[in-house]
Amino acid sequence: MNVTVNVNGKPYTRDVEARTLLVHFLREDLLLTGTHVGCDTSQCGACTVHVNGEAVKSCTVLAVQADGMDVKTIEGMGTPGDLHPLQTGFWEKHGLQCGYCTPGMIMASAELLKHNANPSEEEIRYHLEGNYCRCTGYHNIVKAVQHAAEIMAQGGQSGQAADD
Amino acid sequence: MTSNESKTDKYFGQALKRKEDPRFITGAGNYTDDIVIPGMLHAAMVRSPYPHAKINGINKDSVLGMPGVEAVLTGQDIVDAGIGSIPVGWLLPELKTPAHPAIALTEANHVGDIVAVVVAETRALAEDAAAMLEVDYEPLPSVAFAGAAIAESAPVVHDDVPGNVAFNWEIGDATAVQEQFNVAHKTVKLKLKNQRLIPNAIEPRASLAQFTPASGEYLLYTTSQNPHIHRLILAAFVMNIPEHKLRVISPDVGGGFGSKIFQYQEEVIMLLAARLMGRPVKWTARRSEAFVSDMQGRDHETETEMAVDKDGKMLAFRVNTLANLGAYQTLFAPAVPTYLYGTLCNGVYKLPAVHVKVQGVMTNTVPVDAYRGAGRPEATYAIERTVDAMAHALGEDPAEFRRKNFIQPEDFPYQTPVALVYDSGNYEPALDMALNMMKYPELRAEQERMKGSNKILGVSVISYVEACGLAPSALVGQLGAQAGQWESSLVRVYPTGKVELFTGSHSHGQGHETAFPQIAADELQIPIEDIDLVHGDTGRMPYGWGTYGSRSAAVGGSALKVALQKITAKAKKIAAHLLEASEEDVEHENGVFRIKGAPDKSKTFFDVALMAHLAHSLPEGMEPGLEATAFYDPKNFVYPFGTHMAVVEIDTDTGKVDLRNYGCVDDCGPLINPLIVEGQVHGGIAQGAGQALWEEGAYDEEGNLLAASYMEYTMPRADDLPMYQIDHTVTPSPHNPLGVKGIGESGTIASSSAVANAVLDALWHECGIEHLDMPYTAEKVWKAIRDSRAGMGQAADD
Repeated sequence: MNVTVNVNGKPYTRDVEARTLLVHFLREDLLLTGTHVGCDTSQCGACTVHVNGEAVKSCTVLAVQADGMDVKTIEGMGTPGDLHPLQTGFWEKHGLQCGYCTPGMIMASAELLKHNANPSEEEIRYHLEGNYCRCTGYHNIVKAVQHAAEIMAQGGQSGQAADD
Repeated sequence: MTSNESKTDKYFGQALKRKEDPRFITGAGNYTDDIVIPGMLHAAMVRSPYPHAKINGINKDSVLGMPGVEAVLTGQDIVDAGIGSIPVGWLLPELKTPAHPAIALTEANHVGDIVAVVVAETRALAEDAAAMLEVDYEPLPSVAFAGAAIAESAPVVHDDVPGNVAFNWEIGDATAVQEQFNVAHKTVKLKLKNQRLIPNAIEPRASLAQFTPASGEYLLYTTSQNPHIHRLILAAFVMNIPEHKLRVISPDVGGGFGSKIFQYQEEVIMLLAARLMGRPVKWTARRSEAFVSDMQGRDHETETEMAVDKDGKMLAFRVNTLANLGAYQTLFAPAVPTYLYGTLCNGVYKLPAVHVKVQGVMTNTVPVDAYRGAGRPEATYAIERTVDAMAHALGEDPAEFRRKNFIQPEDFPYQTPVALVYDSGNYEPALDMALNMMKYPELRAEQERMKGSNKILGVSVISYVEACGLAPSALVGQLGAQAGQWESSLVRVYPTGKVELFTGSHSHGQGHETAFPQIAADELQIPIEDIDLVHGDTGRMPYGWGTYGSRSAAVGGSALKVALQKITAKAKKIAAHLLEASEEDVEHENGVFRIKGAPDKSKTFFDVALMAHLAHSLPEGMEPGLEATAFYDPKNFVYPFGTHMAVVEIDTDTGKVDLRNYGCVDDCGPLINPLIVEGQVHGGIAQGAGQALWEEGAYDEEGNLLAASYMEYTMPRADDLPMYQIDHTVTPSPHNPLGVKGIGESGTIASSSAVANAVLDALWHECGIEHLDMPYTAEKVWKAIRDSRAGMGQAADD
């Protein structure tokens, strides 16, 4: 069946099986492989994207459910020359090692900062408890999000995140 | 102290942010499952649902007519193709090794063992058919635990491993230990279980193979920590492919922790399927498959005994371990509970006698092999749990009991009773720094204040040493390794002065693409932006043995250093020639080659690189080009050490353990990049804390994995862990050109013991509980507190 999903600001129409998950639609139909799959029980958070501005695990959503919706993936957050403050934060504070959980972490953190511009350490940890990282022990991820919040507080709204 | 001691290094020691990160933070990483080759097919594994079963038949026709299904492969296809058993890479004397076919032929030996493979046009169609394939299984008796598997009446896992015992191994002098016990002032004895762990790199394993009939060449993309090892095993031992006709590429890899070292069944199957189908074939594990097919870790049943004299000086340590190997032996499996464990059971202490006995036992569970720390966390746990028990028995402070038994700085090089020679160390400064950093006396005072309330405090102080930087090739060869353990590096300078480094080491998160150029930028005295590292492709680098055993910096980095020295030696000759000076009169400083005393006469690295390639004017007889390869074999292991401290708060009403603080002082020699080092320590601490508090690869007694998804296997999440306080002492390795020691595993080697001892410190102070096995789940801790209080005459339900 045909679905049209606005991904990172562009509409894409594809013929998909009804059972196709949004994450597979993004990865396999649109070749947006920045969104990762780390489990099959919706617990690792590596596949987190934004659907209509809310952070969603894209393995829990069917592509057909996203029909007509706005989806933002890590590829829509910023480019190496114009990074989102969270991308800068993860880079500056060594908030990643293997990089596999990183897109999901950044997308989940973006939702937090949208609702809470100055989160405490506890709030950051609580908000990210749906995202597994096996490399960093989370210490530098917390610092990365704090750093991003500081950049944003100083008006450093680079990247393409301002809209959601 | 977080910088190295050299004053001339510009990049070495700097906390540079990583060169590789822009691709990861923008979603442009390139992991195996991201790779698409046009026309590729997809494979799905059919895995045994039984721990042990005879395969009476497989009805391929049950799925061959299904949409998109191209083929079904079984164990017979492996036999027909002449494919060999997956070999073991480390042989012990009289080791009994059962065959490990890529697809089981007559018998499945653990839940998850591959019995058939479906190849189809899409992944979904392949998985549909795999679920429908008719397999006639005849369940056989099975056994999951090492202790049960050596009982006389136990089911036999493999007929060619009688009694399920694959090896008996020992090290140290049993008689000398007994003599010390005979004269001991005090002894303690503990029974410990170091539980099964499941590594759980967040990227599931994946492989994609392509075969080109016209040239006979194979290409394999796979999630590997060591692509050259995969190529060697696949080419020489399993597939019978000329080694140069198999190119193995391990692109971005989403964490390994040991689990991506090994030769897996699926990689063999993908190569065969690609050849048979004439099309590329890809497989990517689901997490539920990873749980029953990634090599697992730990799983020891151990008895320890320690003896001390009347002054509290240690006399002897005795260890008796049953190591559960699982259903097959994989690459390093026999080495992990022996040479990587028994030789480390001396710890940081002056012990006149140590003896370690290990029995390796086959069971109907997923195989066990190296998982972060590999043997050394188990050794640290055996020692440090026992040391705490002895400190309690003596009524001594655990920190001071350790201090008075430390090997002293003047004792190095120190020959332990279990084979290793610790070449360097200085344990007391790390202990003191940790005690100060964590305000140890205040913690003890707080513990006293909280005693008797419903929140109790536990504090631990553990000191560890580990051996890593694997390894001197001749030595490990004598011990049974079927591989060299040197590393290679190629440095290629282009005419424009830009430089590519090639290493046989592999980064799956460790930051090689930054740390290696840091080493090179200093040696070549050029900007780090002009240097890139290439790794993970057997088609591009000379050779190598990959990344595990915290070997990349110590061995791979040293190989790089030697290759760089060859480059600068040749560059200096060219510069001298261009400057019309003798080589002795030329110095290489501040990025230029210049005549001593005539600073205006100089040549840049670019001038030299260009002339090396133009070759218009080179010294008489010199070959053109500027490229060097080095093969570096280490002279010894490296011996990182340190002290770790954990502070836990336990709610006695619920049993919930809260890891409140964690601090450590590690010594990995000079830090190439402190940011990366600290990241390694953080992650290591988290994995060890995970073992102590939550993780358990639990099986039932027949071998059914009870923790087979993230629903049941609990790893630490962001809100479970504190910020870590970390610091360093710097004692350089005396034998490698960088002085560096490994840091990738130290955190894990120390932290499971540190957190465990903190929990037991609380329970011992409050309830007199001497030991409890990890993981310290709320239920287990609550029950232990309840039982101890019941035993002390208190109502169980208060």
